[in-house]
Amino acid sequence: TLTLRTQRHSTTLTKMAGADGDDSLYPIAVLIDELRNEDVQLRLNSIKKLSTIALALGVERTRTELLPFLTDTIYDEDEVLLALAEQLGNFTMLVGGPEYVHCLLPPLESLATVEETVVRDKAVESLRKISQEHSPVDLEVHFEPLVKRLASGDWFTSRTSACGLFSVCYPRVSSTVKAEIRQHFRTLCSDDTPMVRRAAASKLGEFAKVLELDYVKSDIISLFTALASDEQDSVRLLAVEACVSIATLLPQEDLETLVMPTLRQAAEDKSWRVRYMVADKFSELQKAVGPEITKNDLVPAFQNLLKDCEAEVRAAAANKVKEFCENLPEDNREQIIMTHILPCVKELVSDTNQHVKSALASVIMGLSTILGKDNTIEHLLPLFLAQLKDECPEVRLNIISNLDCVNEVIGIRQLSQSLLPAIVELAEDAKWRVRLAIIEYMPLLAGQLGVEFFDEKLNTLCMAWLIDHVYAIREAATCNLMKLVEKFGADWAQNTIVPKVLGMANDPNYLHRMTTLFCINALSDVCGRDITTKQMLPVVLKMSEDQVANVRFNVAKSLQKIGPVLEKITLQNQVKPVLDKLATDKDMDVKYFAHEALSGECLPYEYS
Amino acid sequence: MGRAWVGSETKDWSLPLRTGVLAGQPSPASDGRGHYVTEADVISTVEETESKGESEEAGDTGDSGEYNVYSTFQSHEPDFDYLKSLEIEEKINKIRWLPQQNASRFLLSTNDKTIKLWKVSERDKRPEGYNLKDEEGRIKDISTITSLQVPVLKPTDLMVEVRPRRVFSNGHTYHVNSISINSDGETYLSADDLRINMWHLGITDRSFNIVDIKPVNMEDLTEVITAAEFHPHHCHLFVYSSSKGTLRLCDMRASALCDKHAKLYEEPEDPGSRSFFSEIISSVSDVKFSHSGRYMLTRDYLTAKVWDLHMDKGPVETYQVHEYLRSKLCSLYENDCIFDKFECVWNSSDSVIMTGAYNSFFRMFDRETGRGVTLEAWRESSKPRAVLRTRRVYTGGKRRRGDVGVDSLDFTKKILHMAWHPAENIIAIAATNNLYIFQDRVNPDALAQ
Repeated sequence: TLTLRTQRHSTTLTKMAGADGDDSLYPIAVLIDELRNEDVQLRLNSIKKLSTIALALGVERTRTELLPFLTDTIYDEDEVLLALAEQLGNFTMLVGGPEYVHCLLPPLESLATVEETVVRDKAVESLRKISQEHSPVDLEVHFEPLVKRLASGDWFTSRTSACGLFSVCYPRVSSTVKAEIRQHFRTLCSDDTPMVRRAAASKLGEFAKVLELDYVKSDIISLFTALASDEQDSVRLLAVEACVSIATLLPQEDLETLVMPTLRQAAEDKSWRVRYMVADKFSELQKAVGPEITKNDLVPAFQNLLKDCEAEVRAAAANKVKEFCENLPEDNREQIIMTHILPCVKELVSDTNQHVKSALASVIMGLSTILGKDNTIEHLLPLFLAQLKDECPEVRLNIISNLDCVNEVIGIRQLSQSLLPAIVELAEDAKWRVRLAIIEYMPLLAGQLGVEFFDEKLNTLCMAWLIDHVYAIREAATCNLMKLVEKFGADWAQNTIVPKVLGMANDPNYLHRMTTLFCINALSDVCGRDITTKQMLPVVLKMSEDQVANVRFNVAKSLQKIGPVLEKITLQNQVKPVLDKLATDKDMDVKYFAHEALSGECLPYEYS
Repeated sequence: MGRAWVGSETKDWSLPLRTGVLAGQPSPASDGRGHYVTEADVISTVEETESKGESEEAGDTGDSGEYNVYSTFQSHEPDFDYLKSLEIEEKINKIRWLPQQNASRFLLSTNDKTIKLWKVSERDKRPEGYNLKDEEGRIKDISTITSLQVPVLKPTDLMVEVRPRRVFSNGHTYHVNSISINSDGETYLSADDLRINMWHLGITDRSFNIVDIKPVNMEDLTEVITAAEFHPHHCHLFVYSSSKGTLRLCDMRASALCDKHAKLYEEPEDPGSRSFFSEIISSVSDVKFSHSGRYMLTRDYLTAKVWDLHMDKGPVETYQVHEYLRSKLCSLYENDCIFDKFECVWNSSDSVIMTGAYNSFFRMFDRETGRGVTLEAWRESSKPRAVLRTRRVYTGGKRRRGDVGVDSLDFTKKILHMAWHPAENIIAIAATNNLYIFQDRVNPDALAQ
C-alpha cells in the first residue's frame, strides 16, 4: 500500500474517509481534482506531488491517462508549468523505466514551445536529463525526431529550444544521424530570427565540445565566423562567449588561423556591446588562448579596451585589471604590467566617468601583491592616495574596503595619513547610505589599524553615529559597537565605550535615550555578566521611570533581551519588581511588552 | 506596382466581403477598455498584427456585416500618483504587437506611465471529470469512490483568454507617447516627453535610459520628444521626432547613452512663411520606418513627409494633407485642434502612405505618381461590400457636386489612429468610437495586366 505525504490534506481526510472506503484513495483523489482547481497555489501543490499521483495510478495509467492530460495543460500559469517541467525530468521510473521513458517526450515537447523562457529552459533541461535514459535505439527512434520537429518548428520558441538538445544526442547516434544533426544546427545558425541565431550562438561552444575535432575545424569554425559577423550585435556578442570554448578545444597551432582573426575583430567591433563582452570575458579568453597569444595579442587588445571611448567598456575592462595581471605569464609579468598596463591604469584613476573609477578602485589594491613592496610604494601608492581623495564616495569606499590587500604588502601605516581624512569625510557624508557603507567597514579598519590608532582617531566617529538623525545609521552604529567589542575585548569596552553609551541615558532627547537601550541589547552578550549586571542593569532599571512610554516599553524589551546574561538571583530581586511595576503601567504598549518579558521564553520559571 | 486600388482608383477600397464595422455600438459600459476601445469609447490606438489574412481583432459573424469584437479587456485602471498628486488616466496611448512566438499572440499596451505585456490566446478544450464531485459541483459520497479518475480534455467552444504577463512600471516621469519593439525580439523602447528608455521584455524591474533631453533647468526647455521607433531590421538604430519638426537617428552601437544623435534630419525653415503657428504645426506627431528600412514617414499638422535615411537636408517627398486649413490655423488654435496628433502608416510594399484628417476623412498618397485621394470612413456610407467614395474639399475653382466646403468640415470627427496590415491591403481606421476595417477589393482585370 501507499504511504502518503500530502501534509495539506492528510489530517482532514483521514477524519472524513476513516469510516469506510479506501483510505489511501481519498488524498490522491483530492490531489488529482486539484490539478484543475481555480486556485493556482492548489494546482501548484498538486503538480509538485505529481509523483504521488503517478505512483497511485501505476505506470500504465500514468502513461495512458496522466501524461496526455499534462501535455495539454500548457495554458497554465508559468509557475505551474515550471514545476511540471521540472517534475517530468525525474519521472522515468514512474512511467515504467527507461523502456518507456519516451512517453515523457510529448508533454516536454509542448512545454519547450511556451513563450516563457524559464519554462522552456526547464523543459530543455529535463529533456537533456531524460535523453540519457534513452537507449541508443530509442534515442534515434523517439528523441532525435523530437529534436528535428523542434528545430523545424513554425515558431522561433521551438527552434530556440532545439538548440539546447543537439549536444546531448550527438555523441550517442549513428554517423548518418550525426550528419543530420550537424545540418540542423547549421540551419539554425542562419535562421531568419535573431532569437534563434542567439540561441544557436550561445550553444555553439557546448555543441563544439561533443563534435569530432575535424568537424570542429570545418563546421564549427565557419559557423562561429558567420555568427561573429552577424548583422545584429546581439548575436555577435554571444559569439565571444563561444570563442572561449572553441579556443579551448583547438590545438595551439590552429588558434592563430582559426580563432584569432575573429577575436581581434570582436575586440574592435563597431558596437560597444560586443567590445564590452570581450572585456567581460577577458580572463576566460586569456586562459583559453594561452600565454604566447596573450603576450602578443591580448595585451594590446586589453590596453585598447582600457582606453575605449565607451565608459561601459572601460569599466568592464577596469574590473578585470587584477585578474588579467595575475594570469600573465610569470617570467615577464612585472615588465608587461609596468610598461603596458600601469600607464593605462594611471589614466583611469582620473577618468571622467565615476563607474569606471569605482570599478578600478575595487580591484586596484590587488595589484600590490603582484608587484611587490617597492613598486607598490613607488607607483601604486600615489594612485591609492588619489583615489582616496576622489570626489565620488563610491571610489573612496572601494579603496577602503580593500585595504587588507595593501596591509599585507606595505602595511597600512603608509596610508593612514590620507586614510583618516577620507574616512572622516565619508563618515560625515550628506548621503546616509554612504555613511552606512563606511560604518560597515569600521570593524575591518579597526582590525587593520590597531586599537591605539582607533582610540585616538576613530572612536569619536563611532560614538557620533549613535546620535545620527537617521535610524538606519544609529542601528548600524550599535551593531558596529558590538563587532568592535568582539575585536578589542570587554576590558576595552568597559573603559572606552560603555561609559559613553550609559551617559546617553540622561540625554534630553528620548531617541538618544532609546539608543542607550539598543546598545545595551547588542553589547550585554559580548561584555559578559559582570559588566552587564554592575554597570548596564542599574541604568536600564532606572530608565523604567522615564516619562516617555517608548523608552519604558523598550526597557521591558531590553530586560527580556539581557535576562539570559544575568544571574537568577538578580532577575528575581531586581528585574522582576521593575517588570511587575511596568505591567501595571498606564500605557498599553508598556503593559504589553512587560507581560511579554514576564512570560518570556528565556525565563519562564523565574518569573512565574 | 500599378495595383489598381492605389491613386485615384480608390473605388476599389471596399469593406471586406464578410464584414463591416467593428466595435460599432457606443456603449457606456465599455469605458476605458483595452485593446481598441478606450477613453469613453474614443478609440485611442489601433495596431494590426502580422496575422495570416484576416484582421486579428475581429471575428466573422457571417452575413450580418459587422465584426464582432474578438476580445475586449481592461488593460489599465485609472490610477493616482500620490507623490505628485496627479491622476493617471487609464487611456491607452499605444499598443504594439510582438512578433509571433507561438500559437498565442502578445501585445504591449501603455497608458501615460505604465507599460503592460498581454497574452491573447485561444482555447478550445477544457478538462472534465472530478473524483470528488460531479460536473455540477455536487460532492460525491466518499464511500462510492473506489477508483481514481484522471481528468480528460474535451473540445468546447472557442474561448479567447487575455492574460497580463508583465507590468513595466516606474520607468517614466513624463507621459509615454511611444513604444516600439526591437528587431532583436527581446527588447523594446518606450518614449516620454523627455526621455527614452530601453527595456528587456522579460525584465520588469530594470530599464536603461538611452536618451535624456531634460535640461538642468526646466526653464530652458525648448523641445520635447513626440514619437520614437526602432529600425525594422537593424537592432541598433532608432529614430525619435521632436516638437520642433526634427528627426534624430541614434546608433546604439556607438555608445550606451544616445543623447548624441548619429544623424539629424531637418528641413530648413522658409523665413517667408514664418508665423505664430510655425512651431506648433511643424511638431512631428508620428514617425514610422518604411518596411524596407530605407525611409521614414513623418506627420506634422498639415503635411506628411517621407525622409530618406541617406539624406538629412530635408524630406524627399512632401504630401499636403489638408493645406486648405492653413488659413484657419487661428480658429484651430482656439479650439485646440491644432494640437491633434495624427498618425501615419505605410502599406506593405512602401508604395503608398496613409494618414488621417478631419470630417471622418483620411488620405492616401501614391508615392510613384504623387497623387493623393481623400476617402471617408462614415457608417452611413459603409455598407458591407460597398465601395468607398472619394471625397473632395472645395478650395476654389469649379465646384463639383458632393464637394465639401472648408467651412462645413466637422472638426470633431477626427481620424487620428490607423493601421495597415503588414502584408496585405487591409486597413483599420479608428473614427472616434468606430473602428472600420477596409479591404482592397482585388480587381481581376487589374491583376491580369
